[in-house]
Amino acid sequence: MALLEVKNLEVSFGLRSGAVKALRNISFTLERGERLGLVGESGAGKSVLGFSILNLISKPGRISGGEIWFDGKNLADLSAKELRDVRGNRISMIFQDPMMTLNPVLTIGQQMIECLKAHRKISTEDARTIAIQKLKQVYIPSPETRIDQYPHELSGGMRQRIVIAIGLLMDPDIIIADEPTTALDVTIQAEIMELMVELCDRNNVALILITHDLGVVSQVTQKAIVMYAGRIIEQGPTKEIINDAQHPYTQGLMNALPQMAIPGQRLNQIRGAMPPLQNIPTGCAFNPRCDYVMDACTKQLPGYTASGNCQVACHMVANMKKAEQTSDEV
Amino acid sequence: MSVQEQQQASAQSQSSASTQENSQSENKPESLVQIRDLYKKFNISGDFLDQLKFQGGKIVREQEFVHAINGVNLDVHKGEALCVVGESGCGKSTVARTVMGLLNPSRGSISYRGERIDNLDDKALMPYRKKMQMIFQNPYASLNPRMTIGQTLMEPVKLHNPTWSAQEIRDKVHEVMFSVGIDPSWGERFAHEFSGGQRQRISIARALAVDPEFIVADEPISALDVSIQAQVLNLMMDAQEKRNLTYLFITHDLAVVEHFGTRVAVMYLGSLCELAPTKALFAKPRHPYTQALLSAIPRLEDDRPSHIKLQGEVPTPVNLPSGCVFHGRCPYVNDRCKKEIPQLIATDDGGQVACHAVEEGRL
Repeated sequence: MALLEVKNLEVSFGLRSGAVKALRNISFTLERGERLGLVGESGAGKSVLGFSILNLISKPGRISGGEIWFDGKNLADLSAKELRDVRGNRISMIFQDPMMTLNPVLTIGQQMIECLKAHRKISTEDARTIAIQKLKQVYIPSPETRIDQYPHELSGGMRQRIVIAIGLLMDPDIIIADEPTTALDVTIQAEIMELMVELCDRNNVALILITHDLGVVSQVTQKAIVMYAGRIIEQGPTKEIINDAQHPYTQGLMNALPQMAIPGQRLNQIRGAMPPLQNIPTGCAFNPRCDYVMDACTKQLPGYTASGNCQVACHMVANMKKAEQTSDEV
Repeated sequence: MSVQEQQQASAQSQSSASTQENSQSENKPESLVQIRDLYKKFNISGDFLDQLKFQGGKIVREQEFVHAINGVNLDVHKGEALCVVGESGCGKSTVARTVMGLLNPSRGSISYRGERIDNLDDKALMPYRKKMQMIFQNPYASLNPRMTIGQTLMEPVKLHNPTWSAQEIRDKVHEVMFSVGIDPSWGERFAHEFSGGQRQRISIARALAVDPEFIVADEPISALDVSIQAQVLNLMMDAQEKRNLTYLFITHDLAVVEHFGTRVAVMYLGSLCELAPTKALFAKPRHPYTQALLSAIPRLEDDRPSHIKLQGEVPTPVNLPSGCVFHGRCPYVNDRCKKEIPQLIATDDGGQVACHAVEEGRL
């Protein structure tokens, strides 16, 4: 059985103008020790998905349908008290901006010990020993002195390492990292990513990496999910998606990267912008921006078609696969 | 002035002399903007009373400075896109703002077509402001929320062309809106009614509205999504071609630089460590910092990242390291690097690099 299984998840936000579905029909699985990338532009729903796994959606949003199975329990059904055993303990989260995540008026040590004591019956001395050991794991130099410092005394890269150390404190099964390196410089980003891969491998922790950077996804993850306007439009092994993207949006995203174009030439842009969630076009949400749009695209929501090891939500890909099959039969 | 600063100053004046000799001997393209021996420091010691300290029975005044730029020499050639890259805090935005006259240099000069502009008063600067425009990073903050797009775009046109009639101004605004792909009939709308990509187009339109020659763009696409980044970059490249623009492009995104830049200047802690044509820089980075920076770009192709790991962190610009500012993190460091500030030397592929190890052939 998979470590985490999300089935037909739906999240909606009740607004004055009516309910807006931020996530529609999301299904995927995550195995122990697997690294999964969630890719998409702002507003695609990737962060909402990350948050909804731990039921961290705040009002007016709520999980309006579907199941999140983790270790035999449906997280969408748990009470706040039961959820507290999972949050930060079995599944932990790393956020984008380490300065916002850490409490500025508490020392690093106080924050780590607080977290340990909240989940375990443990003496302060023991908690401190564990905290120092975790800081060593993320290569903080001289952790015995750093532990008594405040977040403002550390650099950005160091802070994000502390946040990762806090995420690892309880030896979780899954870490959800929401754009963990977006606020950092390239050289620091490379370091932090390498560190996360190393720690996940060593402790057999599964990672859900939320990012808009396809380069990072291709280097870190084994499986990838591409989201557009609240829906998964393509998912499968990262290598297959990077090398042979099927969905026109994924292809467009890839081709829009400066490194895919000849220097000095125009980039291959996708025209238009992602529609607001209140106003998603009927049929395929991508149809106004798609170069291959057909009649069916504007009328009917595409289902998922298997292509290699990937699942793709696109009428064109479905037609192509159907044509292949019939030609095989003949 | 501290001893270290004096060292820097004397070393820098030598280097500027030598670069001038170089430029005379070679047949170089016409330079539009010249940055000479530029220094900028910010006082962070608070007000007068905060600066007073009691020391050894006396009251002394102590001041602390952030040394944002430490002796930068840079020429922007006509028609090129010169990209300045570096990590946060390296002074790249300060260079942009000083060039535009938004900040006054602590020392050194900025010249535009040979005329010194950094010491001019507001009135004398006006004709230059028309020729030099700026695009800012965050299109949410750089457009006035209480003005319609039409008003935003009309303001600079009116200011710089006081003799124009209302109709001429309107025609100009329509023309630039059309050229950046914004429907001219949307002029009645406010900035919040547009998406991020559209807002950045409007910022570009505002810069283009006075027909500038030179545009400074400070991280113009880093607040945008990937698919929108491509649209805005394309727009900037089209504008460059059509209007014969020169860009000074500040960014931390090296993939964009590789695509967009004619030449690249790499900065570290307020100093220029390498300046080279884009192709040469990406094919063969010379400075150890450039090498580390390039190896850290997440690429689609590689399976495993194998980047060069730098030791430690960027030092604080309050107390600059002696010698080469990079020496604390450099794998090729020796005694000379710790004492002597390296000067830009020409490389065989048309670039310049400031590194003792390259000069001595150790690298």
